[in-house]
Amino acid sequence: MNEVSPSKTTQEKEVAIDYLELNKIIEEEFGNDKENLIMILQAIQRRYNYLPQATLKYLAEKINVPYSQIYGVGTFYATFSLEPKGRNIISICLGTACHVRGGERVRERIEDTLNLNGKKTTDDMRFTLEGVRCIGCCSLGPVMKVNEDVHGRIGADEVKKVLEKYE
Amino acid sequence: MKIESTADLENIRQEYSNKLYYPDGTKVLFGMASCGIAAGAKAAFEKAQQDFPQGNGIQISQTGCLGFCEAEPLIEIVQTGKPRVIYQNITEEKIVEVIHSYLENDFKKTKWILGQVRDPRNLMEDQVKNPIGEIDPIEKIPFLEDTPFYHNQVKIALRNCGYIDPDCIEEYIARGGYFSFFRALFDHKPGEIIQIIKDSGLRGRGGGGFSTGVKWATCARHHGERYIICNADEGDPGAYMDRSILEGDPHSVLEGMLIAAVAIGSSHGFMYVRNEYPLAVKRLVTAIKQAEKFGLIGDNIAGTDFSFKIKISTGAGAFVCGESTALMASLEGKVGRPRAKYVHTVEKGFRNNPSNLNNVETYANVPAIISKGADWYAGMGTEGSKGTKVFSLVGKIKNTGLVEVAMGTTLRNIIYDIGGGVLKKKKFKAVQTGGPSGGCIPEQFLDLGVDFDELTKIGSIMGSGGMIVMDQDTCMVDVARYFLDFLKEESCGQCNPCREGIKRMLQILTRICEGHGKEGDVELLEELGDMVAKASLCGLGTSAPNPVITTINYFRDEYYAHIRDKKCSAGVCKNLFHYDIDEEACTGCRLCALKCPQEAITGEKKEPHKLDQDKCIKCSICYEACKFNAVVIK
Repeated sequence: MNEVSPSKTTQEKEVAIDYLELNKIIEEEFGNDKENLIMILQAIQRRYNYLPQATLKYLAEKINVPYSQIYGVGTFYATFSLEPKGRNIISICLGTACHVRGGERVRERIEDTLNLNGKKTTDDMRFTLEGVRCIGCCSLGPVMKVNEDVHGRIGADEVKKVLEKYE
Repeated sequence: MKIESTADLENIRQEYSNKLYYPDGTKVLFGMASCGIAAGAKAAFEKAQQDFPQGNGIQISQTGCLGFCEAEPLIEIVQTGKPRVIYQNITEEKIVEVIHSYLENDFKKTKWILGQVRDPRNLMEDQVKNPIGEIDPIEKIPFLEDTPFYHNQVKIALRNCGYIDPDCIEEYIARGGYFSFFRALFDHKPGEIIQIIKDSGLRGRGGGGFSTGVKWATCARHHGERYIICNADEGDPGAYMDRSILEGDPHSVLEGMLIAAVAIGSSHGFMYVRNEYPLAVKRLVTAIKQAEKFGLIGDNIAGTDFSFKIKISTGAGAFVCGESTALMASLEGKVGRPRAKYVHTVEKGFRNNPSNLNNVETYANVPAIISKGADWYAGMGTEGSKGTKVFSLVGKIKNTGLVEVAMGTTLRNIIYDIGGGVLKKKKFKAVQTGGPSGGCIPEQFLDLGVDFDELTKIGSIMGSGGMIVMDQDTCMVDVARYFLDFLKEESCGQCNPCREGIKRMLQILTRICEGHGKEGDVELLEELGDMVAKASLCGLGTSAPNPVITTINYFRDEYYAHIRDKKCSAGVCKNLFHYDIDEEACTGCRLCALKCPQEAITGEKKEPHKLDQDKCIKCSICYEACKFNAVVIK
């Protein structure tokens, strides 16, 4: 499902892992339970904004699940990223209601405005653009979310103005 | 405080029913589901809290979604002895003035008012007097129940959404909540509960449409630790009724699960909620904690030997996890791949044990059925589909929102009477039901009564109840391409017909949309579609060709126009149309020229403008902006 690039980026090498904190998440919040794997990964991603490889290897030992299986889960589900994301996450809704109201055109405007040229993240790490399938705010379509802010009934001509608000 | 008996429940009901319907001072209720918050309800709520601090006789309170999302933010103002008024599009700027106008009995700004409530009670409050039954209504303000959007609705699953504070268990109890659970626990044998659900004719609201009672009975027959699972992985784009129920009335789902647990004999429940619904998770967590505090969830509930615990798990963005076996794999912390169902999940499901999985809306119906009886529920709907169904009416429709109507209501009734017809008076083209597994229904079937079986007959499905209205500006080939693109991303990839078949079909559709369609492509799509439908492992694959096949069946000419004439009359497929300015219609207002990001439009004020085709990127900004229909698709 997710496209995974095998090459490690420079950012990944630099990120420092707080193992005590990681241990606490796995043990105290999720009771070392392998059935909680998806939620543990979500907690790690909330903390580091992606899934650093080192945390996954530690997790494999800790909850006794093969690393290959953790990697499988990390790449199967769309919300997980094995690469660092930008400071601001733009989620453009690609649900059907937004699609028929011009969501695709808004996405194209965002890509153009940020010069993404097929990439997901801008070179300065300011933005990452993701498509989501329906956030359930269909009455406001087309909808784009930047971090936790929902911008509804957005026209292609308003994209630039909205993005300028996020540093 | 633990609730031990129906008498305990009754005490809470009476106390909070009074608080709900006869508040001290004035109560201002804000519709604070995700949709309302996104429309600005939270900002208005905070502004109201700031301007009307506690203790001055005004309570600022939250509730769920009233369904009429188009008019959000919606607020309701309640005062004992006075009509209840619902205001629409109330933003931060208007809120203070609105509250003052209500306090001063000034209802002249009718634009702000959606309607006054005739009767706020739900169907389980027969014993309660209508709190506003004897109050003189406001003149010239319509009753909410008479407005076109609400007139034909019957609220069962949505009975409390927009009326109670979802974070307050007492308000749920005030409206008849948890009484059905106690009835199931004390007054019925498990077999009797199952029989009531069977007799009611309730069918799975998640899309499958399987008889809920039969499912419960089969699960109860199998031995081992049984599990009750709630599928809240509402993946169909364009459907958000489950989100609304979880955010507006979480206890109704918990109560439905508790009743299922009593009937089937289970002590462990699981909720699998979509990762995209953080507010739903938050409200569920609060609801479960409150139910635990009251002893409605936990060990030895109400002093009996029945125990039940509920765990919440979140998904991580995989559509296929709405499929029962994939969902159970995901609950186990694994990759969500479906398996063949030679052995059903009611026999061997989660952790290889008997597992009963129902959808949010299905569970929300259960307490109402136990309370009012199977005959009452079966009295609504059609021969094969009983009761009501919540639809999310979205897309190019005037009144976007959630509507709950009796099964068998016609599409025309839903789209034109309730929905107010197509947006901007454009021409209706199709309505898409059932999400990516469904189909596009053309105008000729608008008088069809919607139920599980009728939709299947014309090649679509009910699915979870999404209804996406499409108009003349929607390209049906592009819609088919859109759904296959969705399904290609979401296919788990383990079985060949789905993984490869969808990909090839998408390639052909993309080719057609880009203007490289060939003679024979339509027939090839039909052949491939037939193969994918017959040979795929799970529901995702077997239903994947539906959007393609229905659009071919009902809009074949549009496919041929793309392939033979290289034309997309809807103005969506970029290589197959261009914009131009109709010089006679153009007033020279300069709006399009100012908005064009490419500076492709030139012309003097009050003179017809010109569009430079070489510069145009077909972003549609001018087409949307023009108020005189002078930008045309050619």
